[in-house]
Amino acid sequence: MMDFSLSILMASVVSGAAPLVFATLGETFTERVGIINLSLDGTILLSAMVSFAVAYETQNLMWGFLAGGIVGALVATIVAFTSLFWGLSQVAVGFVLTLMCKDLAYFLGNSYTRIQGPQLSHLPLPILEKIPVIGNILFQHNIMVYLSYACIIATWFYFYRTNWGLKLRSIGENPRAAYTRGFSVRKIQFGYAILGGFLVGIAGALYSLSVKPGWGRPQGAEGIGWIALAIVIFGGWDPLKVAFGAYFFGFLQIMGIVFQSWWPSIPAQVFQVAPFPLMIFILVLIHLSRRKAVNEWLEAHPLLRPLVRFLQVNPPASLGKTYHKE
Amino acid sequence: MGHELKKRIFAVASRWFVTISIVIVFTTLLLLATGTPPLEAYLLLIKGSLGSWNKITRVLQVWIPLTLCSCGLLYTFSMKLWNIGIEGQVMLGAVGATAMLKWLSPYFAPSLCLIAAFVFAMFLGALWALFAGILKTKGGVNEIFAGLGLNFVAQGLILWLIFGPWKRPGIASMSGTEPFDYSLWLPTLQSLRISPIALAITVILFIATVIIHKYTRWGLFFRAVGNNPIAGTLFGLSPQRYTLLAMSLAGIMAGCAGYFQVTGVYHRLIPSISSNYGYLSLLVVMLANYKWKPIPFIAFFFGCLNVGSIQLPLMLKIDSSLSGVIQGICVLAFLCAYRWRLRNKG
Repeated sequence: MMDFSLSILMASVVSGAAPLVFATLGETFTERVGIINLSLDGTILLSAMVSFAVAYETQNLMWGFLAGGIVGALVATIVAFTSLFWGLSQVAVGFVLTLMCKDLAYFLGNSYTRIQGPQLSHLPLPILEKIPVIGNILFQHNIMVYLSYACIIATWFYFYRTNWGLKLRSIGENPRAAYTRGFSVRKIQFGYAILGGFLVGIAGALYSLSVKPGWGRPQGAEGIGWIALAIVIFGGWDPLKVAFGAYFFGFLQIMGIVFQSWWPSIPAQVFQVAPFPLMIFILVLIHLSRRKAVNEWLEAHPLLRPLVRFLQVNPPASLGKTYHKE
Repeated sequence: MGHELKKRIFAVASRWFVTISIVIVFTTLLLLATGTPPLEAYLLLIKGSLGSWNKITRVLQVWIPLTLCSCGLLYTFSMKLWNIGIEGQVMLGAVGATAMLKWLSPYFAPSLCLIAAFVFAMFLGALWALFAGILKTKGGVNEIFAGLGLNFVAQGLILWLIFGPWKRPGIASMSGTEPFDYSLWLPTLQSLRISPIALAITVILFIATVIIHKYTRWGLFFRAVGNNPIAGTLFGLSPQRYTLLAMSLAGIMAGCAGYFQVTGVYHRLIPSISSNYGYLSLLVVMLANYKWKPIPFIAFFFGCLNVGSIQLPLMLKIDSSLSGVIQGICVLAFLCAYRWRLRNKG
């Protein structure tokens, strides 16, 4: 009995975190190439709204997801274009877009609030779903959840096993060297930022078409974009660790619901908000782990070393600094 | 000299002309896209915000927290800090004010309670800002994420207070805590809702900020350290100390805004007590190009948009978030126009 409920719990973590996986991987692409797209919180909502509206009008989920992705790519285009070619601050533009896209979503989505629309259908994978425990957890979801697994592996493979991935990482670390090497740095940065934005848009679509179906004010995905940004740092810009971070946040959210039934005296709203600061303060701990005193302490505790090493990360060296060739 | 001045005025005027044209074009297109008659929407925005004294006082109610937060952000921006945590600092100010009024009102005179609440609100706001500042200086955490985390904590704290220890007798609800006794409201002008005290304090704090920025060594140090932390260190100015100082000054301003939200506007603690004014004031300061002069005007303009848009859903069946969209387009257009001017010059 215990085993059964645990597998249901894990399954809901996996499906609930799927959009977060797309969003964080998208942002990993963007940041790994040296650009910060801070607008995630607004982008996710706007793409959620647009994809719901498109899916509703066309009664076709495919178009919905495509529209969501395009919206995400468009917002990323604004951030990347204004910073790369006009030299505006990525943080400033990203922040304005965060607020604006959110309001734009509420404004344009007004006529789509609280109506029944199409939803992604359940699609258990034959044979695989029969595997005990794992089948329950991983293979009884919708197609986008399976795609999110594929996306994790593909991103990792792309980053570390292909020439293009090497090029991407080298630009994020040292754009000047990459430019000297003959890469058209700004064009490549621009391209990956748009790709990253597309994935973020898919995340938004996944919210309104599956995880929190429908549109409304509030939609329910508010705040997720900020968490996605925090998770990318948490995961040290590494696709596997970032995905782990996304699932960890999903786990925290589910635990919030579980704890709620344990302590009914604490208002439910607190448990809904709690995972957000928790996630961010884990970030703080990670930062603290880079301090010298901690490293000295680690010398005396060899067993803990791998764990802390896993958490210690360095950002892409050129992150947020726009490259201008002389 | 006269020629220089003319050139500068032309530069500013052309920048604003470009910005305003972009805003009008985009907003009109947006309204047309949703099938709303644009002229009617604009008229409603103007009438809804400036149409009567009552409306104007409502605009001022928004102007107060926006101006206060923007003043606070001037300190942090001059240190090149992105104090996104200002939203949470407003919330903590509101919590501080509510706490003092709740705890002290049975024992002390209302005026004394109000003064104690004012001090405590600013203290809590500063404390919240200091947390973010310490996370930045000691923990190496980017102030954006430290601030965001603290915003979420502040939101959780307010919800917990409203649904937990400070809940209304009977039922706890999103409508907030039990309203305060009338004696604990900031006095207002007859039928109008605005409190002259809040208005006066805001103006005083704005002037104080300007004086500190322009005429004191502090203001000079802020800019010096913000522009070049290494040079600052050489002059014996600790960047860390100035970071913390700038953060706490911003927190004080935000706490003050939170105090007026409680004592002057809502007269109780509600979940959305900060009303996004912290985030919005970041846009105000950006649109003011990080300078103090335009801040009161932009804050007033943003206030007009916020108040004017309240009627939109009723009259035109469109969402009131139109105001936020216009504000966003304003800042984006301004950033681009500013850049465009610089490019043409160089």
